[in-house]
Amino acid sequence: MKAVPVADCIWEIPPSEKPGMLVPARLYASERLLAAMDAGVFEQITNVACLPGIVRAALCMPDGHWGYGFPIGGVAAFRTDTGVISPGGIGFDINCGMRLIRTSLTEDEVRPRLRELVDALFAAVPSGVGSRGFVPLTDDAFREVMVEGAAWCVRHGYGWPEDLAATEGGGRLPGADPAHVGARALQRGRSQLGTLGSGNHYLEIQVVPRGGIHDARVASAFGVERAGQVLVMLHCGSRGFGHQVGTDYLRLFDEAMPRYGITVRDRELACAPFRAPEGQAYFAAMNAAANTAFANRQVITHRVREVMSRVFGRDPRSLGLDVVYDVCHNTAKLERHVVDGETLELCVHRKGATRSFGPGAPDVPDAYREVGQPVIIGGSMETGSALLVGTRHAMEETFGSTAHGAGRTMSRAQARRQVRGETLIEAMEARGVVVRAASRSGVAEEAGLAYKDLDEVVDVVHRLDVSRRVVTLEPMGNIKG
Amino acid sequence: MGRYEVIESMAVADCALDIEADSLDDLFVTAARALTELMVDPAGVSADVEREIALTAPSLDLLLFDWLSELIFLKDSEQLVFTEVSVHVDGSSPTRLEARLRGAALDPARMTLRADPKAVTFHQFAVAARDGGWRARVVIDI
Repeated sequence: MKAVPVADCIWEIPPSEKPGMLVPARLYASERLLAAMDAGVFEQITNVACLPGIVRAALCMPDGHWGYGFPIGGVAAFRTDTGVISPGGIGFDINCGMRLIRTSLTEDEVRPRLRELVDALFAAVPSGVGSRGFVPLTDDAFREVMVEGAAWCVRHGYGWPEDLAATEGGGRLPGADPAHVGARALQRGRSQLGTLGSGNHYLEIQVVPRGGIHDARVASAFGVERAGQVLVMLHCGSRGFGHQVGTDYLRLFDEAMPRYGITVRDRELACAPFRAPEGQAYFAAMNAAANTAFANRQVITHRVREVMSRVFGRDPRSLGLDVVYDVCHNTAKLERHVVDGETLELCVHRKGATRSFGPGAPDVPDAYREVGQPVIIGGSMETGSALLVGTRHAMEETFGSTAHGAGRTMSRAQARRQVRGETLIEAMEARGVVVRAASRSGVAEEAGLAYKDLDEVVDVVHRLDVSRRVVTLEPMGNIKG
Repeated sequence: MGRYEVIESMAVADCALDIEADSLDDLFVTAARALTELMVDPAGVSADVEREIALTAPSLDLLLFDWLSELIFLKDSEQLVFTEVSVHVDGSSPTRLEARLRGAALDPARMTLRADPKAVTFHQFAVAARDGGWRARVVIDI
């Protein structure tokens, strides 16, 4: 399948390449990143281009790689009147996302207590397979979390009121309805609020390196003022609750599709018309799961504040532990975008892609309205992460979307063969990065060598002007599941 | 005893498995073993908890999907992993299975933890009779 260059860092696969494609597929990448994309990306993004109601193009961000259903890095917008909604375009980890918390601490202040801090965070934030959370919930209370999201946490003392404005959608997506959530999802997820999970999820102490501030005006708007400033980043999602919602509806859609005369090229793209009862039910359950993910990141934020307050012997407010922003990268959201000169309500699926709204756009918090929303891109545990800002051009080019991470290039098994977890932890400690992990093999799987070059991914989205580079962040301490 | 292999070229962030067995029962047992070995080193799991599972599904592939989904569900809802599994599969429509499982609650102090599977996907999902035995391909979201 041939991708044709159409502009700097933009490649297109025309509808003529595969029977059933309704729109072209567009890939955003440098030549090197395009070459690093596995065959599955091309197959999957062109499969997405075949789904009913898709508009303009099926998009793949520069961190794209072979996933299931959509590629990771996939973005597609569907008309709400004639289009579909697909769990395979969102992922099982509904509202997996990133949260960045700034501090007023410097590297010099944190480094002497770094090991103590990482150990205390590892003890306070449950991680790894089978872990249980620290927030006791009845079924009714869990249903409240599904509807209220992060606001429920703030109402119960797990956060500050201003955290909500610093969260995409205010930490509470509308349309969540627990009536469309199965009993098994509730049973599976109820005990997991406040857990990190496993795989590529992490909680990381980070520092702005020398020369790491690329746009001082925007960085200052985000509360990042100088090199040496310490921040805390976390990456996790809706845990078993969201995974079960995805499983239940994938199974339901698989059986429902024939009733709507829909066929898909990959069974994982099972979908239903957005306006059909099944589509509306999934949307309501998915929003419930998205809200629990906001709540999960919110209670972990609370834990981070408790731990840092204890370790540094200061009130969390005096440590400046404010949320910079919280972004989703696995969702479907109702948004209005201009397509062929017409403003349409669209169901925008982002699977491993971050919303990147620019200055003045709806849902950008007042504090950031003049500069655009913060975009948090997590790199590998070895190489660091990036803070960017959304742009107006992203609204025209990518339905207001950008990359979400570095993007894997290597299987987990291959990474384990190339490096042992213990060896990697020792090597990182020698470089001044303290690591605590529930699984040593999991550490090996997340080695930097398994990922693309984050700088190159960030360079591409910056050149494309679908988000702009603001701050580079380097790891100091890492907690992994 | 069935065999399984991780297909490394597929879905690099997840875990694609090719599973082979001489019988349908063994295919389901081997799939369960692969899933357990994805989560923990089975050597550290004592078999002191017992569960029985009965499932029905409209087709054999959906029965395998539901079987593995059930084991993932038990991993989160009761923190259980299973190392001793016997399954009887009835492949006539509607398909059904009855399973007896022994295992233990996940315990990081006594077990070497590995990955936390999220879900069974339908990506390239297949179950088929082949060469007198059975074969399945399953991609597990990690």
